[in-house]
This record gives sequence, C-alpha cells and structure tokens, in this order.
Amino acid sequence: MIGADAIVKCLEAEGVEYVFGYPGVAICPFYNSILESDIRTILIRTEQNAAHAASGLARVSGKVGVCAVTSGPGATNLITGVATAFADSIPLVCITGQVNSELLGSDVFQEADITGAVESFVKYSYLVKDAADIPQIFKEAFHLASTGRKGPVLIDIPIDIQNAPVGKFKYPDEVNMRTYKPTVKGNMAQIKKVIKELAKAKSPLICAGGGVLLSQAEGSLRAFSEKYRIPVVSTMMGIGAMPTEHPMYYGMVGNNGKPFANRAMNESDLLLMVGARVADRAVNQPDLITENKVLVHIDVDPAEIGKNVGPAIPLVGDAKHIFEDIETQEFTCEHEEWIRTLNTYRDTMQPIRRPNPAYVDPAAFITMLSREMDEDAVYVADVGQNQIWSCGYHIVKKGRFLTTGGMGTMGYSIPAAMGAKLADRNRQVVAVCGDGSFQMSMMELATMRQFDVPVKIIVLKNNYLGMVREYQHYTYKDNYSVVDLSGSPDLEKLSAAFGIRFMRQTNMAGAEETIKAFLEKDESVLLECLIDPMDLVK
Amino acid sequence: MKKIYSVLVENRSGVLCKVAGLFSRRCFNIDSLAVGETEDSTVSRMTIVSSGDERTIEQIEKQLNKKIDVIKVKTFDEPSSVSRELMLMKVKYNKNNRKDIMETCDIMHADIVDMSQNMFIIQICDVPERVRLFISMMKGVSIVEMARTGTLALQKCLEAEE
Repeated sequence: MIGADAIVKCLEAEGVEYVFGYPGVAICPFYNSILESDIRTILIRTEQNAAHAASGLARVSGKVGVCAVTSGPGATNLITGVATAFADSIPLVCITGQVNSELLGSDVFQEADITGAVESFVKYSYLVKDAADIPQIFKEAFHLASTGRKGPVLIDIPIDIQNAPVGKFKYPDEVNMRTYKPTVKGNMAQIKKVIKELAKAKSPLICAGGGVLLSQAEGSLRAFSEKYRIPVVSTMMGIGAMPTEHPMYYGMVGNNGKPFANRAMNESDLLLMVGARVADRAVNQPDLITENKVLVHIDVDPAEIGKNVGPAIPLVGDAKHIFEDIETQEFTCEHEEWIRTLNTYRDTMQPIRRPNPAYVDPAAFITMLSREMDEDAVYVADVGQNQIWSCGYHIVKKGRFLTTGGMGTMGYSIPAAMGAKLADRNRQVVAVCGDGSFQMSMMELATMRQFDVPVKIIVLKNNYLGMVREYQHYTYKDNYSVVDLSGSPDLEKLSAAFGIRFMRQTNMAGAEETIKAFLEKDESVLLECLIDPMDLVK
Repeated sequence: MKKIYSVLVENRSGVLCKVAGLFSRRCFNIDSLAVGETEDSTVSRMTIVSSGDERTIEQIEKQLNKKIDVIKVKTFDEPSSVSRELMLMKVKYNKNNRKDIMETCDIMHADIVDMSQNMFIIQICDVPERVRLFISMMKGVSIVEMARTGTLALQKCLEAEE
C-alpha cells in the first residue's frame, strides 16, 4: 500500500461518495488509487467549481464535501471556492497534490505554497510530510471541517508522499486534539438568563442565520417559535430555516431584505441572533440592534460574539443544543399584540414592484416557479440581482435554499446545484443565475452531461451585470462602466452545443406552462428568461 | 490599552506565521512578539504585547483561541506580570566617553559582554520600561547596532492562583 491508497481508504472510512476535482501530475497517484474504490470521481471543468460542487453536496447531505486537485495552478484555482466555503461555514476537505517534498521551496514547475495562500480562509491546513501520518491527518481534517463552526480544511500532499509505501492501514477511531474542543452545549446559567428575558419580553424576535441550518436545528427552531409564539426573521444564509409561508416567519433582514423584517428587528425589545454573524449586509448599523433592546447572541463560534456588536447576553453553543436546552425550562411569555403588529407590518409594507410587461418579471416568475417546484426541492441562487429576487420571492416549503451569502461568489449556483443533485438524486434541483454569473460557470454544462447530473438552470438575461449596473444607477447617476454584457453567446445554440434542452420565456404570457414543462422531466434544461435590463431590486 | 498575551502553541512549523498573520489580517497591533520552546518540547510560548480598545483586546483573545494550533491563551497587563526584555547593543567608544558609558551601564545594571579597541557590546535585561530608559540614556553615544528580544512575561504567582 502507498500513501495514495491510504488517502482513498480514509475517504472510504469517512463514507465519502463523490470526489470533485481535476487531475494533474502531482495528484495522479491519488487518482490512480481511487480507481480501485467505489467512490465516484467527477471531473469538473475548472477547479473553483470543484469546491462549489462539494459545497452544494455538503449543504444538502449534511456531510463533508470533498475535492481533489493538482498542485500549482490547480490549487490556486481552487482558492475562491475554498474562501467561499469559509465565509459560508461549509464543511469541506480539499486535497491538493504538491511537488516532490524534496523540491518544496525551490519554485519548480507547478509549485505553489497553497497552505500559505489559503491560511486566512481555511479552518485548518496540513502539509503532509510523512505518509504514515495520512490516517491521523484525514481523521482530524474531517473532524475539524464538520464540528464546531464548520468550514474548509485543506490537505496538501507532495507526490512522493502519495507514492511512499505505508504499512498496515488503520483509521483512528477517534480524534483527540488538545487544542480543539468546540463548545456546542450552551452554558445553563446563560440559558437561564435568556429565559428570564424571554419571560419579560413584550416584543421578542429571533433572527436565524446560516448556523441554524448548519446545526440542523430547523425543526427545533420551528418548534420553539411555535410553542412560545416568537416571530422569526432570517439573514440570507438563514433563508429556509423556517418555511417562507409559516405564519411566524417575517422574511429576510438587511439592506436587501424585507422592510417589515427590518422594522421587526428595530422594534423588538429582545433579539435572539442565532447562528448569524451580524455582518454588514444583514445588519447595516450594529448599534441599532442593541439600542432599546436586549441582544442575545447565540453562536458556536465564540469569536463571532462581540465581533461586530456587543451583546447583553453572549451564549456560546450550537443552535440545536441551545433550543433543546431552552425547551427543557418551563416558562411562559405573552406577546400577542406584538404578533398582531408584525402581521400589520407584513400586510402593509410589502414592497411594490412595477414590472415592465414587455419582459418576464423576475419576482413574479420566481414565486410562480416555487409554487410549481417540488415541496422538498433545492433552489440554488447565484449572486447578483438574481440572488436578491430569489431571496425575496422564492418560497421555501420543505426544501432548501442555497446561495453564498457570506462571500457572494458569482458562478456558485451551477456547480453547487450539481453537488446538491448528487447528494440526493431524488430531489429536484434548480439553479437560478443571471447572464453574468451563468458565464462564470457555463463550462460545467459539460460536466452535467458527462456525469448525467440533471440540474435545471434558469438564466435571467438582461445583458447587464445587473447588480453593479443598479449600483452605478444610484451611485454614479447612470454612468455605466464595464457592465454591458453584449457579446454574450446565444444560449439556445450554446445549449445545443452542450446537448442540453433549451427553453425561452420572453414575457409573462404562458409563464406557468413554461415552468411546468421546464420542471416536468428529471433532465437538464436551460431556461432563458428575458428580463428588463433597467429593472431594479429596490 | 496595553495587554500581554501569553499564548501556548503547538511547536510546529508554520505556527508563528499563522499567529502573526492573524494580527496583520485583522489589523491588530503587535508591539512585540517573542517565541520560544517551553518545558514541554512540543509546546512553544508566544508572548505578544498588543494594544487596542476593549473590543479589540477581547477579539484578539478570541481569534487566538480559534486557531487550531493554539493550546491556551492568557491575557494580563504589565502590573500583574513579571516582564523582562533582553537587549544587546553595540556601541563605539572613545577616550572621552568610555568612562561615561561604563558608568551608565553600572547605574542601569547593564553588562559589557564584549569589547574591542573601539567598541563594546552591552547587554541589559530588565523590565521593558528600563530597557527603553537605557536606550534613551545612550542617545549621545554612537550606536552601531542593537537587538531586542521583545517582552517576555509570566503572570505573577499570586494572580495566577486566584
């Protein structure tokens, strides 16, 4: 057995089903060894998308996503995907091949200091120097990626280490790292303080972040909210933590969120931020969420608490454990009037859109699409105007809403949707992107075809980098700079070239039939929707 | 506010870089940083002196704790610690100032540890404050080069027990 065989054995021991990647000489021993395994390899068309696909798989399966690429440019191409997973706290193990360990540091062909380069956006990284360490390192890497605040871990393995003979393979049963023991259970004294405040509160509110989904606490959140009748808003990463049409859910907050959700935040007297970072897009003015209210910040990462805003009650732990512990305490809280107020806000503060009838109205179209989609479907939004419309108008029932709210990486949706589909082939997966973001990962249509990953793609086409155009509209008084996308390919011909069914919708007439036909079969379809180039998200 | 972070880390390659990188990336100041092995050869101690407002100080401790290679972080201020800095200073002397230099060294408990026909190497090991004072006392002398360890500190025995 050689190092590369040991790596494959580690992945098997972790129950890995798919490896997304792109080979090169430095990772070839691994890709040779994996032929002996049942693990399926997916040849992605550019390395960045390997990390995005692994992210989509991780988010839907709840397992760690794995990708493996070669040294040098392969590794550096992966970086944006790794940084995206880090910002969004998605568990990944990324394997990079590396040049011969004796040549390390001599700038040979395809050498890049990848562990150095990714240091600020991995949870941890390893440079393997002895093949005997492989089992221990992989065990730790999977543990680190999937516990506490989740995130990507990178393992850099020189080719000679992959080829080095190793003795008998033994995968460690458990991890014991003296430096890493994340707190997942909340401190009971702090929990009691929270309950005391809850019992007093006249207008309590929960703001759910991505941490609720990462700790699989959706059920607990919903039960908690229903039992004590506490209204819920969410950040972008928290969308789907509550079903969109749940009576206790009041939408996404933030500068791209619902006005009534923001108003609920401002007027609450007790705010429970759960698994949310209080980053600028969700909370524009951190002071506002501490003024005239008690802020409880619940997060599994102690460093997030107090980073952007100082809470009255910090509570370290993961959302699931904390909701469960709060539930064990008996208390009552009464605030029906607050709920009535919020309902009035929700009824009267709906944003009004004036869509141009000559085009598809993305807002109405997305809502119509969600009504037709399967209950447990996965909706993957890209980045740009399409993302904001998706956040505002997609209705999550029992499914998932995936997007990169943390890093905002264009081109995320298609590879992530592929990963999501591979995680659960029985689920319908729809990727929604703009014509800008589509062109950042359209090469993956080939991957979809090659490996038969039937993802449905909607391209909202306006021939602009819409989000930037909108910013230039407001900030530079329509002085547009470098946002014109004319010259983009004919998507019908492009789809034909990739062998993927194509559909087009030019306005709202017959939109429902189109959506039905689009969703009908479990096959890849690309649906182009022409939208008003001058449309705005706000 | 000035704080001393006494950080126990895994004695592995790359750890110094990770910790130093954390400070620069998050725009935390480093006034000084000293690293060395501890009684356990698998563990190193980094002594970092940093300053910032209350939130920054708390963030530094939390971000340090978040690093996987960090075993333990202790934060304290100078009065509750025993702190020392070692400095070596190479100076040129001549007939006229030779006595003065020796006298200053005497007063400040600094040692002359090496010499030639026209140069001394002076060693001083003291609290950071007095090392700074010594440097200012030597302003009139031609300093050829100097090296400082940065502050080393341990929390005072009684404070650690509390």
